[in-house]
Formats: sequence, C-alpha cells, structure tokens
Amino acid sequence: MNDQHNDSGHNSGHAGTEVEPVKLGYSPVAPIEHRPRVTDTDPKAARRAERQVAAMFTLSMVFVVLFVIGYVTIDKTTVVYIPVLGVVGASNVVLGFTLGVAVFLIGAGAIQWAKKLMPDVEVVQQRHDMVSDKADEQEAAANYERGKEESGFARYKIIRRSLLGALALFPIPLIVVLRDLWITPPGENPTELLSDSLWEDGMVIIPDIGYEAGKDGTMETLGIKPEDIPVGGLVSALPITIGELDTAKTNLIARGKASIILVRMEPTEIRSQQGEGWDFNGILAFSKICTHVGCPIALYERRTHHLLCPCHQSTFDLADSGDVIFGPAARRMPQLPIGVNAEGYLVAKAPFAEPVGPSFWEREKA
Amino acid sequence: MSGNTTVNTSSLGDSSAQSSSDPVEKIGGATATFVDQRLGSNRFLGRNLGKVFPDHWSFMLGEIALYSFIVVLLTGTYLTLFYNPSMAEVIYNGAYVPLKGVHMSEAYASTLNISFEVRGGLLIRQMHHWSALIFVAAVAVHMFRVFFTGAFRKPREFNWIVGVALTALALGAGFTGYSLPDDLLSGTGLQIIRGILQSIPIVGTWGAFLVFGGEFPGTDIIPRLYAAHILLIPGLILALITVHLMMVWTQKHTQFPGPGRTNNNVVGYPLLPVYMAKAGGFFFIVFGIIALIGGLVTINPIWIFGPYTPDQVTAGTQPDWYIGWLDGALRLMPNWESIILGFTISWNVLIPSVIIPGILFTGLALYPFLESWATGDKREHNLLDRPRNAPVRTGIGVAAIVFYGVLWIAGGNDLVATAFDLSINAISWTLRILLIVGPPIAFVITKRICLGLQRKDREKLLHGYESGRVLRLPHGEFIEVHLPLNEKELAVISAKEDIPVLPAPAKTDADGVKNKRYPIEKLQHQLSSFFSRDNIERPSQAEIEAGQAHAAHGAALEAPLHEYELQDQDPVAHGGVLHHPGMAETNQEQIDQRG
Repeated sequence: MNDQHNDSGHNSGHAGTEVEPVKLGYSPVAPIEHRPRVTDTDPKAARRAERQVAAMFTLSMVFVVLFVIGYVTIDKTTVVYIPVLGVVGASNVVLGFTLGVAVFLIGAGAIQWAKKLMPDVEVVQQRHDMVSDKADEQEAAANYERGKEESGFARYKIIRRSLLGALALFPIPLIVVLRDLWITPPGENPTELLSDSLWEDGMVIIPDIGYEAGKDGTMETLGIKPEDIPVGGLVSALPITIGELDTAKTNLIARGKASIILVRMEPTEIRSQQGEGWDFNGILAFSKICTHVGCPIALYERRTHHLLCPCHQSTFDLADSGDVIFGPAARRMPQLPIGVNAEGYLVAKAPFAEPVGPSFWEREKA
Repeated sequence: MSGNTTVNTSSLGDSSAQSSSDPVEKIGGATATFVDQRLGSNRFLGRNLGKVFPDHWSFMLGEIALYSFIVVLLTGTYLTLFYNPSMAEVIYNGAYVPLKGVHMSEAYASTLNISFEVRGGLLIRQMHHWSALIFVAAVAVHMFRVFFTGAFRKPREFNWIVGVALTALALGAGFTGYSLPDDLLSGTGLQIIRGILQSIPIVGTWGAFLVFGGEFPGTDIIPRLYAAHILLIPGLILALITVHLMMVWTQKHTQFPGPGRTNNNVVGYPLLPVYMAKAGGFFFIVFGIIALIGGLVTINPIWIFGPYTPDQVTAGTQPDWYIGWLDGALRLMPNWESIILGFTISWNVLIPSVIIPGILFTGLALYPFLESWATGDKREHNLLDRPRNAPVRTGIGVAAIVFYGVLWIAGGNDLVATAFDLSINAISWTLRILLIVGPPIAFVITKRICLGLQRKDREKLLHGYESGRVLRLPHGEFIEVHLPLNEKELAVISAKEDIPVLPAPAKTDADGVKNKRYPIEKLQHQLSSFFSRDNIERPSQAEIEAGQAHAAHGAALEAPLHEYELQDQDPVAHGGVLHHPGMAETNQEQIDQRG
C-alpha cells in the first residue's frame, strides 16, 4: 500500500517518509437521494451487463474485419439497389456501414459499462472564486514593479516612445506584401478590366454550346442566323473569338463578362430598348450576368418576357429595356446592340455601353 | 521492508519498482513514473483525475462539436492526399462516363477521382462534409444552450467570446471547403462572394482583384482557399478550442440547480472513470454515426453539377445550411443603390452581406458585458439560469432566432415557391415584413410565456402543486388537494435569483453638485428596469417553508380517504408526511384539531 502510493503520487525525494492517507479532491457522496440500479442489487444482472459490454467490443472487431473484406473484395463500380436509398455504390455503403457500426459499438460498449457497472453516485467538489489570493496579487504587482524599475521603462521616455512607434509600424510590411496578390499588368486597372468585354462592332455571335466544337477549329459554321431563333425562343451565346482564348484563365474570365442571351419576341411587343434600333427584327441581346452579384441568368418566361435570376430572384422585363421589376438587383440588364453581317449571321453592332455584372465603387468612372 | 526497497532504488534516481502483479498495471505504473520524473505530470493527474463534471444532456452539445471537429480533421487530412488544388484546365478521362472529354479544372477532376476511383474516397469525402455540417450545427445549438441558461455570465465572458470567434471560424471553414471542388454550384457561390467584395466602398474593387488574383474567376482562388481551409482556419480553430477547453477546465463546468447543488460546488461524476468512459465513448458514438451517414446518405454530388464556368447556372441551388441565412438576406433586401460624388454604393449587397452579419456577430460577442452592465449584476454565476427566470434575455434570444429563421427560409424562397405553388414575389414580401415584425412579436410572446411560468413556479412554492384530486370535506366544502413539491423540484424552482432594478440616479447630489454621469446612469437604470421590472418575485425562504408545510397538511387531510390509492404511489411525492406518528388519523380528528 505504502509502496504503491510512493510510486503514483510523489517524486523520489519524498520516498520512504511517512505517507498520509490520500485525500481525494471531492466528497465521495452528494447528499442526494440515490436509487440503486438492478446491476447494483442483482449480481446476475451485473454479469449480464458485463457480457453485453464485452459482446459490443467483440462485435466491433468483427465489423473491422468485415470492413477490410469489403474494401478488398467489392469493385468500386458495383452498384446495388437498397430500399429507401435507391441504387447506390456498393463499396461506399458497405464501407460506411461496417466502419460506422464498428466505431459505434466501441462507444456504445463504453457507455453501457459506465451506466451499468461504474458507480452512479454523484460526488461533490467545492468551487473557488476565480479571483487570485491577495498574496498572489501582491507577488504579481511586486514583479511588475521590479520589472518596470529594472528596465527603466518609466524613466527612459525616449526609448518607450520610440519602441511604441516601432511596434506600431512593424505590421506595415506584413500588409504591404499582400499588394502583389494581384500582379497588376502595366497599364491595367480594375475599372477598365471590369468595363471591357470581347464584344465589338461586327463580332459574330455563336451559341455557347458550340464552344467545345469551336476549340477544334470548326467555328466558321457556328454563327446564328435570325431564322434560327423562333419567337419566344432563348439562346445563350458568346462572341466568336471566345475559342481563341484557350487557357482556362483567359477563357473563363472572358465568358464571365461576354456571356449574353438572345431572345426573340414580336417587334410590336417591345415597349422600349436601351438604344434606338438595338434589336434585329425582334431579336434582343442582353448580358447574361446579373447586375446584383453576378449569377448567370437564363430563366426566361416567354409570355411575360420576364427574366428571373435563380440565385436571388431579381426579375427583369426584357420587353422594357431589361428594367428591374422585382428583387434585390438595382440596375437593368445591359443590352447589346445587334444586327446581321453580309453572310446573314447575327453580329454585335457595338460593345456594351456599360460594365456588365455586379456594381463596384468606381463604376461610374468606367 | 518494501519501504526500504523504495528508498534504495530511489536513491539511484529510479523508483519504478512496482508491487502489482498485473503486467498491464506494471507497465502503466512504470510509464507514469517515467513521464512524471520528466514532466511532474502526477501533480496534475493527482489533482485532476478526480475532477467532477456535472451531468446534463445539454452539456453533450459542445462534446458533439468537439468530436465532429476531430472527425473533420481526420477525414480532411485523408482528402488532402488525393485532392489537387489547381485551376489548370484538363480534359477529364476518368471513371465517371458522363463527364468524359469535358474540360475542367484539376481541382474538380481530382474530386471526381476521389469520388469514383479511390476506394473509400467517396465515403471519406461524404463523412468530411457531413461532419462539417454536424460541427456547425452542434456549435450553434451549444451556443443556444449557453445563451439561454446564462452560462456566459461572469466569470465566463471570455469563453463566450472565444465561442463566438469559433462560430465565425466554423462558417469560414465551411465556406472555404464548400468552394474547393470547383463544381458549378461552388463556383457560383464564389461569384456571389466576388459581388459582395465589390460592394464594399472604396477598397472593395481592389480587394476583389487581390483576393482572386485579378479578374473573376482567374486561376488563383482555389489554391488560396485551400491554404486557408487546411492550414489557417483549422489552425486557429484548434488553438481556440484548446483555450476554450482550458477555460472550462479552470473555471469548472456550470451546473443546473438541483438538490445539493449550490453556486459554490460542483455535483456530478469524477473524471475517472465515469466521465471519461461516457465522454470517450460518446466520441466513438459520434464518429460511428457520421460514418453511417457518410456511407448511407449522399451529400453534395458534385458530379451532377458539372465543372464551373461563369456563364452556367442551375435553378434551385442552395448553399450549405449555415450560409443560407446570408443568402436569404441578399434575397430579401430591397434594391437600393446610390451614387454619391460619382461613386457607387450598393446598399442592396452591402447591408445584407456585410453590415448585418457584422452587427450580429459584434452584438453576440459583447452580449455578456451589455447584460451585466444593464442589470448591474457583477456576481459570479456557476448555477445556470432556467430560461424562464431571465425573461428578457430569453426573449432577445428567441427574437434573434426568429430573425435568423426568417432569413434562412428566405434563402430557400424559390424552393418554397415551387413546393407550395406560391408566387415568389408574395413570399419575398411576406418574409420582408416578417423579418421586421417577427422578432418583436416573438420577444413579447416569449417574455409573457416566461412570466407565466414564473407565476406558476411561485404558486408551487407557496401552495404546493395541484394534485388534480378534488376532495369533498365532511361539511360539504370542495377543495383541490395541493401536495408539497418533491426535493428535486423544490431545489430547482427555489434556486431562482431575483435581480433588483437599479435605483434611479439623481440629477444632483445632496450638496447640489451636478451628477456628470446622469445620462449614462439614467440609461442604465432604464435598461435595468427593462430587464427586471416584470420579474415575479421569488417568495422568501420562510414563505416557501410555510407553503410547503401547508401543502403537506392538505395531503394529510386527504390521506385517510385515499389510503388504498397511496399504497402504490411514490412516497416522496407525498412528502413522506402522511404517516407521521401523532398526525391526525381521520377527518374528524383533523377538523377537531383545527377547532
């Protein structure tokens, strides 16, 4: 007894001296009514609980083995039908199930053990206010005073002030180096980049599904003729030069600004446009990028000519200059003036008159 | 004799001699000694292995958060072995046939690879996503528990602030992770972030260009989010969780009122063995359930959405649930934008996505200090409040939840519209109005309910509880028998603490000197009155004792008539007073005693 206590409680310097009985940091029993459990009174029930816990731990091992077997034997492409879940990947279901059960059983066993076999008598421990003792407080204050005195922090006014200044400036380099998160190409600035898209006078309009084909150099056949679009129809489109931008970076950036939709309505249904004659026989072209926060829009209701953003439900009336009629967007969808070229393909007649997409601070300077 | 042995060995600096015969204990004891001689760990263990933790189901919520975070770390580490955070374009040629030949980023292709080619990869990916969702949910519900029970009060204000920071970091971790697969949905989320950044006055446009390394989407954002997601944010979360737990450890856990529980003690189970077995076991339970969900329930099937391009979108898109309220705020905001001195300010984006979250999180962080300033309560609180006993706080909490809930529903307003065949415009307008009037109404109703429950508690303390048995006395009077509360209920209800309203300040003091702090003190007085004036006062100890004794008397009055019923009833509920020797046996005797 004595020996064991030495080992677990004290360092060797105290070894061999008389040891007081161990005092636990709490009173063993709280003054609360306690109802004995079945396992406290019936040894049979206690043994049953013991077997249950051991069974759970054992079963856990079995499921680990099943997991490994499932990992090795089940092909990753095999699918199975399971009621409720539908057709699912067999590997995923088996691995998840076996791993889940194996791990769960360890937890269930431990908790069963705690609830049935470990004491369920609550104990009491005393709390102490968080505030330090007077002695500790005085020691801290004394140390502070000594430090202040020895360093001369209070006396050396110049050192103190210059140190504070140095520490205040110290973070500046850490912030300055963030400037090149965007290595700005010479002459470029955000306002101009945001205002500029691929569209220019005479640029042929192609449907966006032709993009992949366009990469293979078969683009010439991809233009859209007015008769390709029926009244009430909608086509998502891009400028023909999009295919020339073959790196992902330039291509996706260009699409984020140049993407448009073409809609066709009876010319008499057009109540107003952003410019005189910007349509072509009832075909109108609008930016596809929402003026709210930039989601692409293609939910179009042909009867009302309303265009609805799927992200935040801003609604624009394309028969009325693309004006906002509902939702959080503040500005109308920018319109692209279009016509046809000599071969009869739809082309842009001018670039966008304003930056497309979400607002930004310098937008009016564009 | 054995003492001698110890002295001898320890003089050589080694005291690992063990008398136990069990080999496991021998090794364990030797290890403990080995470590102790180098770290002095037994000092800590001796003091803390018996540390008492109070038990309540709601204390598990924080545990769920901790354990699901561990699962997030484990599964996330696995995912980094396969995921490639690059936006370079590749042509997909993997196992998923419908996307063969499609141009996509390496990030998306490697996520497909994890889902279809790595055995167990989809399981780990789904476990990662599910455990992240469970983590944020557990954090939120844990925070509700702490708020509504007043566990944030002195001395735990710092830990509340750490908790608020952890909540914000959890949202950041979730969002950065959601964006990494670079599928169509996550890319659309990033596009919205770009729009939000651009709405910030003065620095927003440049800020967006710096974050994205140029124009949107560019090729830098995924690697940058990756660094934040796997290093910066989890590092901060781990550090703060450590601080969080150390503070809980030092301050000892709060407890609900109950028999034997006071503000100055902890009643519960010692760390070793019960708490360790329960908490340790619970980790495996949480892990196991996450694995089961990850195996059985699909989440974020990115292969359906396709790779990201800025000109494609799908209808009915939803962010993860914890971001839904911000998206809802964006949807409900009226379309205000102004141009001031030639510069554009997008209030329609700035208010819902920057200003409102900023105010909410700041208010949340400062709440403990605001409340203690308003009520003037500077005491240490280790006993939790029952929510009803702090009606204003509970009302504020419910109002905030209603505010959040309306925004959250708004985040799915298109789904509500299609599911119930309603007009999206009507839903948006209804929610806009609800967002303004809902929280105050919720506040008033909640406060009334709390006060009603307080009245009920007072009744119980003064008169016992209504037993539901109506008794006709011999002289014809009908009474409902009230019975004394049992020990536990009495302890819980009578633990209520009343906070007096702060006295109204005087404009000038007795000597006619002007009180410079008058406006501040007046505000404090008004707030204090707002918090406490409707409070239903707890009866004094003498009144409670008299009330319970009276109820016991009522029980005794009934006793002889219902002996047959009482045989199989809980003796505690009846106060155990029924059969005291010397107590009246019959109604006649009792009436005689009354005189």
